[in-house]
Amino acid sequence: MEKELWKGNEAIAEAALRAGCDCYFGYPITPQSEVPEYMSAHMPKYGKVFVQAESELAAINMVYGAGGAGLRAMTSSSSPGISLQQEGITYLAGAEVPCVIVNCMRGGPGLGTIQPGQSDYYQCTRGGGNGDYRTLVLAPSNIQETVDCIQEAFDIADQYRNPVMVVMDGLIGQMMEPIEWKPYKKRELAPKDWAATGRYGREEHNIINSLYIDPELCDVHNKHLAEKYALIEKNEVRWECIDCDDAEVIITAYGTPARIALTALENLRAQGIKVGLFRPITLWPFPEKALHDLVGNDNVKVILDVELSSTGQMIDDIRLAVEGRKPIRYLGHAGGVMPTVEEICETAINALKEVK
Amino acid sequence: MAVVYEKTKGLTDVELHYCPGCNHGIIQKLVAEVLEEMGMLDTAIAVCPVGCSVFAYKYFSVDTLQAAHGRAPAVATGIKRCRPTQPVFTYQGDGDLASIGTGEIVHAAMRGEKFTTIFINNAIYGMTGGQMAPTTLIGQKTTTSQGGRTAEQAGMPIRMAEMLATLDGCVYAERVCVADIPNINKAKRAIKKAFEKQMNNEGFTFIEVLSTCPTNWGMTPIQAVQWMKDNMIPYYPLGVIKEKAMEV
Ligand SMILES: Cc1ncc(C[n+]2csc(CCOP(=O)(O)OP(=O)(O)O)c2C)c(N)n1
Ligand code: SF4
Repeated sequence: MEKELWKGNEAIAEAALRAGCDCYFGYPITPQSEVPEYMSAHMPKYGKVFVQAESELAAINMVYGAGGAGLRAMTSSSSPGISLQQEGITYLAGAEVPCVIVNCMRGGPGLGTIQPGQSDYYQCTRGGGNGDYRTLVLAPSNIQETVDCIQEAFDIADQYRNPVMVVMDGLIGQMMEPIEWKPYKKRELAPKDWAATGRYGREEHNIINSLYIDPELCDVHNKHLAEKYALIEKNEVRWECIDCDDAEVIITAYGTPARIALTALENLRAQGIKVGLFRPITLWPFPEKALHDLVGNDNVKVILDVELSSTGQMIDDIRLAVEGRKPIRYLGHAGGVMPTVEEICETAINALKEVK
Repeated sequence: MAVVYEKTKGLTDVELHYCPGCNHGIIQKLVAEVLEEMGMLDTAIAVCPVGCSVFAYKYFSVDTLQAAHGRAPAVATGIKRCRPTQPVFTYQGDGDLASIGTGEIVHAAMRGEKFTTIFINNAIYGMTGGQMAPTTLIGQKTTTSQGGRTAEQAGMPIRMAEMLATLDGCVYAERVCVADIPNINKAKRAIKKAFEKQMNNEGFTFIEVLSTCPTNWGMTPIQAVQWMKDNMIPYYPLGVIKEKAMEV
């Protein structure tokens, strides 16, 4: 198929349309405003629903309504807007309403910056709202992968009746790249017989609800959710390993930093330094076992984690997978400052020197 | 024997949990009767709030979504935009609609969303144990206004029906109560009219129902009805506040 040049955010919107998204609800925020803009222009052409909500809070609740009524619903935002959506996300998770949420991440805290960031990792993977819940989090690192993820995200959400988040740093939303519209393999999905569609002859009325006032029933509901999350962990975890087999330094990174790290890896390999790249594609479920096993290899001397975050957030999951068996070094920037290839190379070389 | 009265099929057989003398039950019955009479039990979708009526999803026999506190109008927007031919309504208390959810209700009304909101104004937070609501009357004692609400401290009570009526998207706003049989009949007519206008695609329709909370008002059911008539109706006048003529 022919390659086409697309801007990240517009490609996200188009991918959602192609995946059968019935309705989109959103609110403007940089660096993702091209998504609602594109949706407003294109959804009505196909008889689909676009509403510019009065806030991200309203947008996520519109998603809850539409998703609960059996439609394929989506919203997108960037970090401060996603903060505001946490209430809705915990309700969606609790009531098991499928939907797709795109977070085109910028730097924080607070209003932070409109430049790319990855400091929403905790918020996305730990369940930023109240209660024990998880959202499946896909973290593509280029526009092609983003488009593929978006299309699949709707199926994953429907299959597990769970919100799915697609998170990219703002750079991926803002840049242009050639992509190919590949036909994606649709999953086999059960009919949405649980949805509040109107009864239309059904004996019992369907209820979309997250309230379980009876302690025993709330416990049962939470156990059911936990089992579902275990199933997602088993079936959906994704990662990519590049040149890891003989690596002495494993760089861990996702999104744009993973691409910068890849160039660093090539430079270091050219100098004869054995570096590998471990790139989680699902942030939750985190590819814990894969990293755990990889780090167990005798040749691995040190791990270097690179993120768009001042303190590092994914590094906590890396620590859990490494279990203290190997030293971990960190390189990160916030505010939209990108780690450079040189910086990564230098940090990797120094880390290796220190531990050898 | 002739059947003169039957419980509406719009309600399930689940026992209501409301306190004696609470108006929630009467109002839900009226909504359910209207849905049944209009032949909409198979198509209607309800959105229930956080508040004493949170369990309404067990009582209405139609498909229902339980919404986060105050967000019902956004949830209903999502449903109605995707299922534009089906009747959709929210049922919300005054803490839910007039406090935490003011943004959602105002914007749904502004957009002229074609659903109906049944707004229960009992001048107090029922479920959480009788705290002050934005609708609490001046001088009214609640657990967070123990000396009585003052305008200095909390402002004047909000009149939601009048406020929403200023928005073009709101085509019908009426305030009713269910204190006695004539008023119950009027309330039912208002609810029916709102649904008719909704199904006519006219715009946003809003019925404010003055309601009692004997438990948190610290009154008997009979005292509560009298207090509502004596104190609430003078500040929250009954009647049609807005009815926009259908454009032809
Ligand atoms: C975000 C959030 N804040 C607070 C609450 C606690 N809460 C539950 S019901 C309620 C007030 C309900 O009062 P109202 O809407 O007047 O309904 P009523 O109980 O009187 O029918 C509050 C504050 C909540 N559930 N969620
Ligand atoms: S607390 Fe008040 S509003 Fe709630 S059920 Fe009892 S009387 Fe009704």
